Amino acid sequence: MNRTSVYPVLTLAVMGVLWEVAVRLLDIPLYLIPAPSDIWVASLQNFDTLMAHSWITLGEIMAGFALSIAIGLPLAIAIVYSRVFEQILYPLVVACQSVPKIAVAPLFVVWLGFGTVPKVLVAFLVAFFPVVIFSVIGLESADREMLQLVRSMGARQWDVFAKVRFPNAMPSIFGGLKVAITLAVIGAIVGEFVGSNAGLGYLLMVATGNLDTPVLFAAIVYLTLMGVVLFYAVDFVGRLVMPWYSTSKGVEPAGAIT
Amino acid sequence: MDRGRWRSGLRPGEGSQVTKPTPGPVAPLVVTARGLTKTFSTRSGPVTALGGFDLDVADGEFVSILGPSGCGKTTTLSIIGGLVPASSGEVTVLGKRVTSPVTDTGIVFQRDLLLPWRTVLANVLLQGEIRRLPMAEQADRARALLQQVGLEGFENKLPQELSGGMRQRVAICRALVHNPPILLMDEPFGALDAMTRDQMNLDIQRVWHASRKTVLFVTHSIIEAVFLSDRVVVMSPRPGTVRADVAIDLPRPRQLAIREDAVFTRYTRHIREMFQQMGLLREEV
Repeated sequence: MNRTSVYPVLTLAVMGVLWEVAVRLLDIPLYLIPAPSDIWVASLQNFDTLMAHSWITLGEIMAGFALSIAIGLPLAIAIVYSRVFEQILYPLVVACQSVPKIAVAPLFVVWLGFGTVPKVLVAFLVAFFPVVIFSVIGLESADREMLQLVRSMGARQWDVFAKVRFPNAMPSIFGGLKVAITLAVIGAIVGEFVGSNAGLGYLLMVATGNLDTPVLFAAIVYLTLMGVVLFYAVDFVGRLVMPWYSTSKGVEPAGAIT
Repeated sequence: MDRGRWRSGLRPGEGSQVTKPTPGPVAPLVVTARGLTKTFSTRSGPVTALGGFDLDVADGEFVSILGPSGCGKTTTLSIIGGLVPASSGEVTVLGKRVTSPVTDTGIVFQRDLLLPWRTVLANVLLQGEIRRLPMAEQADRARALLQQVGLEGFENKLPQELSGGMRQRVAICRALVHNPPILLMDEPFGALDAMTRDQMNLDIQRVWHASRKTVLFVTHSIIEAVFLSDRVVVMSPRPGTVRADVAIDLPRPRQLAIREDAVFTRYTRHIREMFQQMGLLREEV
């Protein structure tokens, strides 16, 4: 483990110990704040249940996230390339972002029932905005002189897009995707809160109803872990497809002036 | 100016893609510019960058456009390359009137403009890819050019792994790989340190000797302009016009030591005095 990952883990460990000690010393009841050890026990005892619900939530997150890319990216391209699209769609996208998604979620339940689809829709709705905005920024950030240069090579629109604009936008797009994946997690949980019979959000509601605080905490831990893993998965894919970008920081130029 | 001296027997063996007009008794004009003006609208009103610019460049000629910062040198080159429209005036390149980006050119800007996600070789090959040229031949040419400028073994490096001078060499290779009849260079060595710059001047001279392209070279260095050029076009401050057109009659190939030569310094002094007359380079004792 390198230094940068040692520090957060160490901090977390120290905080856990303090928490454990505080709960034991102050004799705080289990239903208020369980100690880390209680949460650990609860998550082991309910492992199968937690995993089963995790898979469902994960599926909703991934579906919502995939949808936000599938719709957000083409939309961003349309906005960048067409004046009409820019004038019509951009304000709509912004307006759409201003609608509180939590307020719309019950509507989806009314329309689409308690199944997976309304959760996917909420996840998509919250995740798609950063995808569009960051993609638009990235696609518009192409260097003016670089564009002139490829035009002097007789480049067609497609060349300009495929060889300059899109690769140039990739770091920005991945920035948007990282924000989007964390929002998709929130979106899926919000969807489950509003009405569901499965998923970690559902489990949270049930545990709250039963005052089963250790399970509640365990579900939160699972959710957090899922969010962190998903974020770094997107980060990893970004590094994989843009090796030039992650190495562009801190690499010394090779050789001398000649 | 004895141009014939440089032409006889020095034509490159490589096949040019663009058939040049057969040279008559007078070298054919590759670039003509007549009465170019350019006015930019800024927040504080319109600014005239270019106030009537005329230029003729013959086939195979190395012409520098020299002037102080902001005199419209870059604008002039952009207009000639068809990258920016002129406010008035007319440009022809290879006999055709310029209304859109000219594709018979290779362009080098002050910034290398290499794509960071492409390797050195792939950056050079961008030119051929976009022009839909046969890539096997392009790859051979690219490798040969990279070798010529001392970048053999760096083909698979990313631009960020190279120094500024090396990156600019890659940019020059990219501008030459499709064997264009015209090379447009906009202060290509402006961002380099003095030593690297000298080396690049030698390199570009060698490349020019090997290929005999028509070169339009924008610079603000008097020494660089005299060292490289057949002709130096001296521009006035804004609004830019042609102040003088100085033929440089020095033997080629030129070595760096020529810069201390009396003939050489007579040219540079002559041009410097012009700038002083224009109210630039004021000296107070």
